[in-house]
Amino acid sequence: MKCGGFRVSYRSDERMFDTRLPVIALVIFLVVFAFVPRFAGTYWLDVLNRIGIAVIGALGLNILVGFTGQISIGHAAFLAVGAYATAILELNAGLPFYLAIPLAALLTSAFGLVFGIPSLRLKGLYLAIATLAAHFITTYGIIHWERMTKGVLGLMVPPATIFGLPLDSDARIFYLIFALAVPAVLFTKNLFRTKVGRAFIAIRDRDVAASVMGVSLYRYKLLAFVISSFYAGVAGGLMAHHSRILFPDAFTLLVAIDYLAMVIIGGMGSILGSIFGAVFMTLLPEILKLTATSLTGIYPQAFGAIASARDIVFGLAVIFFLTFEPQGLARIWVRMRSYWTLWPYSY
Amino acid sequence: MSEHLVFMLQLVISGIAVGGVYSLMALGFVLIFKASSVVNFGPGELVLFGAYVSWATILQMKLPLLVAFPITLAVAVLLGIVIERGVLRPLIGEPIISVIMVTFGFASVIRGFLNLTWGSDTRPFPVLFSPEPFRVGAVAVSPVHLWSFLGVMLLLGAFSLFFRWSVTGMAMRATADNQQVAQSLGVSVKWIFALSWCIATGVSTLGGIILGSVRGGVDFSLAELGLKVFPVVILGGLDSVAGAIIGGVLIGVLENLSGGYLDPILGGGVKEVAPFVALVVILMLRPHGFFGKVEIERV
Repeated sequence: MKCGGFRVSYRSDERMFDTRLPVIALVIFLVVFAFVPRFAGTYWLDVLNRIGIAVIGALGLNILVGFTGQISIGHAAFLAVGAYATAILELNAGLPFYLAIPLAALLTSAFGLVFGIPSLRLKGLYLAIATLAAHFITTYGIIHWERMTKGVLGLMVPPATIFGLPLDSDARIFYLIFALAVPAVLFTKNLFRTKVGRAFIAIRDRDVAASVMGVSLYRYKLLAFVISSFYAGVAGGLMAHHSRILFPDAFTLLVAIDYLAMVIIGGMGSILGSIFGAVFMTLLPEILKLTATSLTGIYPQAFGAIASARDIVFGLAVIFFLTFEPQGLARIWVRMRSYWTLWPYSY
Repeated sequence: MSEHLVFMLQLVISGIAVGGVYSLMALGFVLIFKASSVVNFGPGELVLFGAYVSWATILQMKLPLLVAFPITLAVAVLLGIVIERGVLRPLIGEPIISVIMVTFGFASVIRGFLNLTWGSDTRPFPVLFSPEPFRVGAVAVSPVHLWSFLGVMLLLGAFSLFFRWSVTGMAMRATADNQQVAQSLGVSVKWIFALSWCIATGVSTLGGIILGSVRGGVDFSLAELGLKVFPVVILGGLDSVAGAIIGGVLIGVLENLSGGYLDPILGGGVKEVAPFVALVVILMLRPHGFFGKVEIERV
């Protein structure tokens, strides 16, 4: 039983996993996960796929907001750039998806670099407002660059094809999404064992102190925007292949707020938290839908009320977590775990 | 007058009228920010709330205007107290991202609640003024625009006097300046926080009523208008009442002019994005706006 850390070398201090148990659990989880499409129905596969995409997006935002402390309300714009860039690269340049998605992610990174420039002069609330403006300018561009994006008419995306096999069903795209989501989680976990990750955290905790210690704010703030938007680019590219049709309406400000809520509810500055947040925010409307379906017998209008019920529950959840559990679901998880590891002597 | 000049004047006049409403929303925003350093990211929902409640009291319950307006205002003030006590008080001293997020949170609750109660259809708003425009030279001015602008200016004037001369107004300015000093001089800072929220919701409600009658109907697109508050307050300075008033009118005129002149070239929607382009430019050049307090801070 593990009851504390006893580390005598830097190597053990920097290890990704403290004990062997999480590695084994992870492998078992992945193996089980690989068989999910065999027994899960289309509905739950679709939900899982959306969770996978949200995990990548939320990780990206958490790196920026939770780990580096740069507030961004423009994450939906990053997703949109990633999604549209993927689609346009495939449709107009005829690239296969395995080249289009990385290229689109790089493009989104370049976009994030520009987005991040205000962060060199502004912070906190002013940065939030600047990213808000950038969001509106980006969506305007997407709606009105009709030659490429088809504007509000919607852009059809062909299914991703690998070795002649079209990834056109939920089960097939599932493997693509999780083949990217799992490395994304591991990469993030690794990022915070490196110099770059520690520089991010130093900037979040006190920017002036970080710069005194030799962390170049200029470089690392922009790097945070670049990495964060790379994730968003990948998530956007997957969105393009998952929904197969892109509308500017899929990337409204509310989407950006949803992603911020994932980070807050899951836990700021926590990788596990990003996963929890993505699961929570994706399941919330589904659970409301299921509740509404079961309620239609007694309350026939239940189905029409889903959208507003979602808004209310979402808002209350955000307020609740910020007030009572600012470190989110990840903190609750840690507390539960330490309760059970010490059981029956927990306090 | 040449045709061109008439076109421009027309744009400027309707811009000033809409800008007056932006000034009102910005006033609410600035008051809250000055008193409690809270940034309200849901100003649109407050406007929406006011518009719906006044619609419900006037058209649904068929109350006479003189009864309906006080009731609407009272409900709005109550909302202000609930938000301040229930949502923001527990977050005093929390990082700024939490405060921003919590305002998104209650905005979402308000939106959901309104949608649940009154549905998302467009509701016709009572016609408070005659729709017949009158002419000044060759320029047509609709009475709604004129009255709303006069009303807004009257209100803003009253607020300036309130801040300048009344004890409460001075207490609010003192709190904004330095909370600790204000407290040691016997100002109840808690009360000032609550009061600033009440004024903000009240003012936003008036904005909602005016916008409703200018557009002839209320629906959820009013909420998106609320985000225009950010260009306004950045232009005027986050903590400047005068800045909010001037900024509102300027942004209203800017968006109308850019819409009128650039829409034919760029193909529509410029009106929605021009204020935000201005926002970015101002932020990069003069983050504290034109009338705001300069904060010297190393980033």
